[in-house]
Amino acid sequence: MSNNREQAQPANDRHPLPGEGGRGEGSNVSRRGFLATSAAALAGLTLAPGINLIEIAAAKPDSEPVTSKVRWGMLIDTTRCQSGCTDCVSACGKENGLGEVTKPRTDAQWIRKIDLTDLKSGHALSLPMMCQHCANPPCVDVCPTGASFKRADGIVLVDRHTCIGCRYCMMACPYKARSFVHEPHTDQNPEVPRGQGCVESCTLCVHRVDRGGTPACVEACAAAGHNAMMFGDLNNPESEISKRIREVKTTQVRADLKLDLGVRYEGI
Amino acid sequence: MKALAIAVLWGLTFAAAHAAESGRTPKPVIAIEKPGQCVEATDVMRRDHMKLLKHQRDKTMHQGIRSKPHSLNECIACHASQKTGSVIGAEGFCQSCHDYAAVKLDCWDCHQPKPGQKAATGVRP
Ligand code: SF4
Ligand code: SF4
Repeated sequence: MSNNREQAQPANDRHPLPGEGGRGEGSNVSRRGFLATSAAALAGLTLAPGINLIEIAAAKPDSEPVTSKVRWGMLIDTTRCQSGCTDCVSACGKENGLGEVTKPRTDAQWIRKIDLTDLKSGHALSLPMMCQHCANPPCVDVCPTGASFKRADGIVLVDRHTCIGCRYCMMACPYKARSFVHEPHTDQNPEVPRGQGCVESCTLCVHRVDRGGTPACVEACAAAGHNAMMFGDLNNPESEISKRIREVKTTQVRADLKLDLGVRYEGI
Repeated sequence: MKALAIAVLWGLTFAAAHAAESGRTPKPVIAIEKPGQCVEATDVMRRDHMKLLKHQRDKTMHQGIRSKPHSLNECIACHASQKTGSVIGAEGFCQSCHDYAAVKLDCWDCHQPKPGQKAATGVRP
């Protein structure tokens, strides 16, 4: 990690958590031991071909902390993404209680559909854009309170309990991924608390991922039959997403910023 | 248990006889409609529920630990009023006591005070 804020723990009054490092990068030995044992136990079972141990171990028990053995990421195949289809956007809104975007200048948008056309050739692309879950997130670097943080498994989140709504992170994010919540809300999904005065962005549906699920947008894209979005563990060389990234040319948007993005695009 | 019964009694007395000024001070409405055992002893919950919640909050937020006993959603699952379906409102389990103690309650600015409406959890292929 080349993060220069690794030492700068937020000075809030959080209870110290076992095995917690700078930004949740820490890991503790007994947890590793536990995972190793559970993987070993699983290895003893007959597994169907193609089902892979690390991904099974990643569907962690509720009481286990996340580890940096996993890095969650997404691969978006722009050749499959359909212009005009917004199923991922609606699924995100429904899952996270964002509702319909009626005031695009101020309503929260965690994911947007973008259409691009090359003016010379006329070649057109459509793709969803959301928080890229940077490994070196500028939003975390600028946050004065430590509210913006990266979990051990690479998911970048805002801890609303600590966020003061200063919106520095919105300015720092090169992908326009963050939104400020301007108005009070009462119709939250119990799993996705959100309210006025904080900044928020795509959580990779962390509440689903922690229970072994897939982000809502990925599910919706598959349900629509487009299969343009793939979710998985970038650290596991055997995961579908890692295999694909090895096989085809994928792009990190604004790779020149060297943020090491968790979301990659194919076909741009 | 005794304390609890007294608390419930107080609640009823207050609701029925507030106007009759049977007590000199108004008391919170603590209606526990669902029978059963709380996750900790009553005196522990009274004194330390905020510490338990805060500890669990940080573990969930930063480490993805979503185990049940001390999660806010588990509190709501039991303590939401059967009438309003919520822990807030004048007679809500959380609000009535916090109003009484004059301790500002801002959990519900973000958290859903009604149980249910669980999200469908997709299964990773
Ligand atoms: S895309 Fe923006 S919000 Fe997401 S981690 Fe990177 S800088 Fe932060
Ligand atoms: S708005 Fe919140 S998360 Fe963003 S920089 Fe300010 S305190 Fe940090």
